Amino acid sequence: MTTADATVAQPTATALPRKKIRWGEQVVHLVLFVAAAVSVLTTVGIVVSLVLPALEFFGEVSPVDFFTGTTWAPLFLDAHFGVLPLVVGTLVISFWSALVAFPLGIGVAIYLSEYAAPRATAFLKPVLEILAAIPTVVLGYFALTFVTPFLREQLGVQVEIFNALSASLVLGIMLIPTVATLSEDAMAAVPRDLRDGGYALGADKLQVSTRIVVPAAVSGIIAAFVLAFSRAVGETMIVLIAAGQLAQITFDPRETIETITAFIGATGNGDVPTGSIEYKTIFAVGLTLFVMTLIMNLISIRLVRKYREVYE
Amino acid sequence: MTTRALLTLLGCLAALSLVAVGCGGDDDSSAGGGLITADGSSTVGPFTTKAAEDWKADGGGDVTVGISGTGGGFERFCAGETDISNASRPIDEDEVTLCEEAGVGYIELRVATDALTNVVNLENDWATCLTVEQLNAIWKPGSEVDNWNQVDPSFPNVPLKLYGAGTDSGTFDYFTDVINGEEGASRSDFSATEDDNVTVQGVTGDRGALGYFGLSYFEENSDALKAVEVDGGNGCVAPSAETAQDDTYTPLSRPLFMYVKVSSLEDNEAVGEFLRYALENQNAIAEEALYVPLSQEQIDEQLQKLDDATA
Amino acid sequence: MTSTALPSSIQGGKPRRAWRNRVFKLAMLFCMFVAFGTLVVLLVDTIVTGWPALSEQLLTGLPSTLPEEAGARPAILATLYLGALVLLFSVPIGVLTAIYLEEYANRERWWNRAIEVNIQNLAAVPAIVYGILGLAFIVRGIGVGRVVLAGGLILTLVVLPTVVVASREAIRAVPDSIRQGAFALGATKWQVVWRQVLPAAIPGIATGSILALSRAVGETAPLIMVGAITYVAFNPTLLGPYTALPVQIYNWTKQPDADFQTLAAAGAIILLVIVLSMNAVAIFLRNRYRKQW
Repeated sequence: MTTADATVAQPTATALPRKKIRWGEQVVHLVLFVAAAVSVLTTVGIVVSLVLPALEFFGEVSPVDFFTGTTWAPLFLDAHFGVLPLVVGTLVISFWSALVAFPLGIGVAIYLSEYAAPRATAFLKPVLEILAAIPTVVLGYFALTFVTPFLREQLGVQVEIFNALSASLVLGIMLIPTVATLSEDAMAAVPRDLRDGGYALGADKLQVSTRIVVPAAVSGIIAAFVLAFSRAVGETMIVLIAAGQLAQITFDPRETIETITAFIGATGNGDVPTGSIEYKTIFAVGLTLFVMTLIMNLISIRLVRKYREVYE
Repeated sequence: MTTRALLTLLGCLAALSLVAVGCGGDDDSSAGGGLITADGSSTVGPFTTKAAEDWKADGGGDVTVGISGTGGGFERFCAGETDISNASRPIDEDEVTLCEEAGVGYIELRVATDALTNVVNLENDWATCLTVEQLNAIWKPGSEVDNWNQVDPSFPNVPLKLYGAGTDSGTFDYFTDVINGEEGASRSDFSATEDDNVTVQGVTGDRGALGYFGLSYFEENSDALKAVEVDGGNGCVAPSAETAQDDTYTPLSRPLFMYVKVSSLEDNEAVGEFLRYALENQNAIAEEALYVPLSQEQIDEQLQKLDDATA
Repeated sequence: MTSTALPSSIQGGKPRRAWRNRVFKLAMLFCMFVAFGTLVVLLVDTIVTGWPALSEQLLTGLPSTLPEEAGARPAILATLYLGALVLLFSVPIGVLTAIYLEEYANRERWWNRAIEVNIQNLAAVPAIVYGILGLAFIVRGIGVGRVVLAGGLILTLVVLPTVVVASREAIRAVPDSIRQGAFALGATKWQVVWRQVLPAAIPGIATGSILALSRAVGETAPLIMVGAITYVAFNPTLLGPYTALPVQIYNWTKQPDADFQTLAAAGAIILLVIVLSMNAVAIFLRNRYRKQW
């Protein structure tokens, strides 16, 4: 029962050898950090490439006119720089595509997560991935050449040749895999115990799925929704081909509209003459778009954190 | 799969692609020595493209053709990025200054004539002829005309849907100059595009649509669209190669240009060769690409300009 | 033993429950039907429309103003080169970033957390914004111009977040016991990563990379911004002008001439073949090399 002091040898000043610095390891650490820094540089680049010309733009056009004006006619003699028609166009498209993608996506997710047999799932998930992999230019072409005539002729809906509805429908379908896979992941993360508890109490599959699993997975589902919505906001090709280039404020999806992305895509077109006001509108509008998707992403992170259920 | 295997695969893929990409240029390199870059008007673009295609088939070299619009083309041209700028209107003062300041010397070659055609849907049987005044009433800045019966009381009650050229296009500049009295003066609530094909799509899809673009686009799609005759003060005249050439289709017949950088002519033989080919075969190319041919006199005049510049 | 009364919400009438369940199941099957049905309709419509125009000429010929003679060889080659460039750049940078974040980064440091959030944000940025970035910095800034290399670099940036996320998942899936065992044997951190973690994570990394690649190959918007030109009638080179297959298809869709619409559909078939075969490879890899720890 001796005291610790007596039996343990005290370390002397020189007892422990200095830790050998392995220079190879340091180099590796540095290289890895540089690789990671690429992503940071990308963001910095995006911000710089958008903000600087946008500031120049706002030097010539008042921000108030830009954000509250209702006419978008930047390149005409009598120029108007109100971005609202573009923003409304973007939101109309996103709204209608969300209306398609959210319910259908959740339905697919619940089916895959709770109802489908493992063999069916193994087949269906790759098919869902295929849907997600279709290039957007092909989808836009489909919207213009199949969906619009189908709406007009088969369903009798009086849509313009370039209209928001066709684009939204196709865009919504394109986003189903996004909503479905993320929601399904969230649902799969819900522990079996919760389900089993429900069944043990006599609940049927419908009740377990909708009242236990979905609420438990809600943070992931919300994240899925927000991601899908922000992808709808940022989508270019489908709207460029099928939704049109008429910047007007209208909530009727059968009409022609112009989204922010379509404006950038059509005006950019590879020439973007430097220094002209046209060049700068692209950046002002691009900055608006970037800020919109950024805000949505931050909201998503916030909501996920707030509603996340942590299971042991 | 080990790390090594994956890296080897990646490395091989990379090496293979770089080799292929590097070697890919050889068998198709241009005869005269260098690549020719053209950009600009989407009205003139198809003409340049046809000329490039024919020239290549006849042993010539490579030409790339973009359709950024006459204005966009000039900006790139004066920045020195392109050899040839296709234009559906003459270069304007601002652009002349831009080129001067950048030290870019150029020559102007007229390569074809065009008749700006107003088109309507096939089901439109009322607007067979419009006067310049009526067109002005429709297209002028701040115009509130949104129905055909406002254009002429005898026209039916059909909503007017407008499709037109984008503000970067020479077609827009020329049309607004001639119809509205000032370049760039136009109402803004129409579907605008630099790419006239989109206008074709829009007008074919809408009974009450009205659009405008170059004659070649109409002739390419004459089974899907109707051309409106224009009364410029001397009665209704339909747009066609003949009426454009003899100037009876006023005021909407216009010359089409290619502007060429003098330094490109000097540094790259191929540029001069290509232009000479395009001018000498202008009639054949124009016919294939559905443009209005130039008279032999006009062609000789342009060839002379070219010779003077390359002398 | 008295029977405990079940809560009425669970007790419910049996027929009503059965009916509700059936309706719900029908609703879900409807969702599946719409999603997959549209996919089928899309594929069938594209194939049926484009089949007549599929020909050797299309695959090996040069573009033309005449639809009968138009080919997409330069566009197809450019697309393949762009894909190779994306693989070449995005996989190393992406995997190294993932390794850094998972194995090396000290989560306490603010800059490491910033990098993580940053990558999450980049994944949400629309592709066309990358196009603007590319135009400003790569085409104009560095001054390479509207060339294949610029297109490849921009597409790399577009898919980089995807590769990073996929690689992180793969690395995270490797159990810690493997790492601890190696450390216990005296390995340095890099040795552990290079010889134990990475090899185990390769299937996941490969799958993720190929999926990212298939997305890059189908991207159109950023390439439009950096001027994949309309008419290019020669094979693309690394530092030369180009047009990629999606952009070529886009240009063809704008031509109202019905023959060009058919060509666009045929081009779409080719593009779909390229993209879907990449996806098939990824799925194959995933199934073949799925490890059970």
